[in-house]
Amino acid sequence: MAAEPAGGALALPDVAAHPAAPAQGRRWPVISITIITVFVLVALLAPLLGTADPYAQSLRARFRPPVWEVGGSWTHPLGTDRLGRDMLARMVWGSRVSLAAGVVTVLLASALGAVVGLVAGYYGGRVDAVLMRVTDATLSFPVILLALILAVTAGPSFLNVVIAIAVILWARYARVIRGQVLTLMELDFIAQARLAGAGAGRIIGRHLIPNTLNTLVVLVTVQIGYVIIVEASLSFLGAGIPPPTPAWGSMIAEGRDVVTSAWWVSLFPGLAILLVVLAFNLLGDWLRDTLDPKLRQL
Amino acid sequence: MLRFVGVRLLQSLVALAILSVVVFVLARTTGDPLHMILPMSATEEDYANARAYLGLDRPYVEQYLSFVARAVTGDFGTSIRARRPVSELIRERLPNSLRLAVFAMTVSLTMAFPLGVMAAVKKGSGVDRVAQVVAVLGQSLPTFWVAIVLVEFVAGRLQWLPAAGMSGFSSYILPGFTLGWFVVAGMMRLLRSGMLEVLDSEYVKLARVKGVVEHRVVWVHALKNALIPVVTFAGIYFAILVTTAIVVETVFAWPGLGRLAYEGITSRDFPVIQAVVLTTAAIVAVVNLGVDCLYAVIDPRIRYAR
Repeated sequence: MAAEPAGGALALPDVAAHPAAPAQGRRWPVISITIITVFVLVALLAPLLGTADPYAQSLRARFRPPVWEVGGSWTHPLGTDRLGRDMLARMVWGSRVSLAAGVVTVLLASALGAVVGLVAGYYGGRVDAVLMRVTDATLSFPVILLALILAVTAGPSFLNVVIAIAVILWARYARVIRGQVLTLMELDFIAQARLAGAGAGRIIGRHLIPNTLNTLVVLVTVQIGYVIIVEASLSFLGAGIPPPTPAWGSMIAEGRDVVTSAWWVSLFPGLAILLVVLAFNLLGDWLRDTLDPKLRQL
Repeated sequence: MLRFVGVRLLQSLVALAILSVVVFVLARTTGDPLHMILPMSATEEDYANARAYLGLDRPYVEQYLSFVARAVTGDFGTSIRARRPVSELIRERLPNSLRLAVFAMTVSLTMAFPLGVMAAVKKGSGVDRVAQVVAVLGQSLPTFWVAIVLVEFVAGRLQWLPAAGMSGFSSYILPGFTLGWFVVAGMMRLLRSGMLEVLDSEYVKLARVKGVVEHRVVWVHALKNALIPVVTFAGIYFAILVTTAIVVETVFAWPGLGRLAYEGITSRDFPVIQAVVLTTAAIVAVVNLGVDCLYAVIDPRIRYAR
């Protein structure tokens, strides 16, 4: 580095300015957990909540404003949409789509990615080279493009959305897990396990998987939010969950043209997405700080 | 170094070749594009004629090979819907997308750098808190929703900026900001965490002890190494930018490649889909190649590994 002439008094390093562990990082993320719990409960208990039928149309009750606006009533607390369907009910049922898409996709992608990462990191050499090339190629492919192709060729459906996202998303897990495995493989305890006669299955299952689990948990949490946003974007573009199934993304799309007169149609689903994704991201950040401070961002 | 670049170039080409097969197969396995082009009243004979005219009646392998042979020379066939050469459409749209992307990148970098570095230097301060909020919101706000809200308030109610289309500098601001928003958040986080780590390292302390002026310590000594993670992720962020562009261009009616992709896909326009996907992938591959080379220059350890 540059050899600066020491001019004037010695400036001592300000160690106190950078405490090793931020105290606030250790506190439980109560707000995130509460938000996630509420949304999960709402999604699970949707049929029992006694909201209106999310599919019931009423042409007389089109674009009713929320209850606190002039013309609103308690029959439709959050107003109604273009077809007179109850916004609250559609929001409640829409949470099922978003959360299910997030959780299922991420589980699928992380399982696939973890297997690839473990195999690549464990065997190294040519296996690693091939798998990592595939991973890199996948990583650089825009998710939405693939999802759009799939939606149009095979028709928009929940399953296609999950597949399209998972087919790309696994690569991120593979990259990170492989990196971790490579570091682990250098450590003595793996060599000792080998000496003790442990085979590939035992080393991977007994030593590598438990040691990469923390990273996996952090990644999964952070990515749920990302997947919810991607699913909503796809539904928004008409390539996600097909109507009339309520999904937050398509609800925003439906409200897009009437945003001036009936702002509630696209505002509420947007807020719901923001809240859930925010909660998952904050929880993920907290998990990272607690479980795996070295992991940066992916 | 030359060998490194050569190997990476070869890998990119192989990846592109695999991708071209995937795209070709995906675009053809399900759904018949003729259903979208021909009127409901078309007879069997009309279908056969159209199929022969568009070359869709030949075996898949033959279709693929002729596609590749022509694609290499820049000929992607004729758009089924627009009935114009696809290369012409791409040449028309690509510059618009690039202009928007460059604008968005410039905006995000000029925001991310000062914010990320200052957040790390003044950890726990007001700046840091603002940075944290920006970072978290950037990753939690759905792009298309931000776009709609911006269109409604800034373009609709306040009438400050045009809501859609491409006309002069002011029309870049809304889509550019929407597009850059996510990148700002990600880049800033990386810079902040990178800077925090580096500022705590021995060589930075040494620089301080030697009496290097603080702003030089931060902006020269520390930033150089804090940039490594940013460069690592630059390729991934670019891929995300391309993805986001499809949504943003659709919402803002931006005449770019993303919108072309959306239009091509909704009308099942094979040649257009193939061309857009491959062009996008090629651009992403070139950017990644550039990033890798830059990376190898900044961090010599990479060159010798593997």
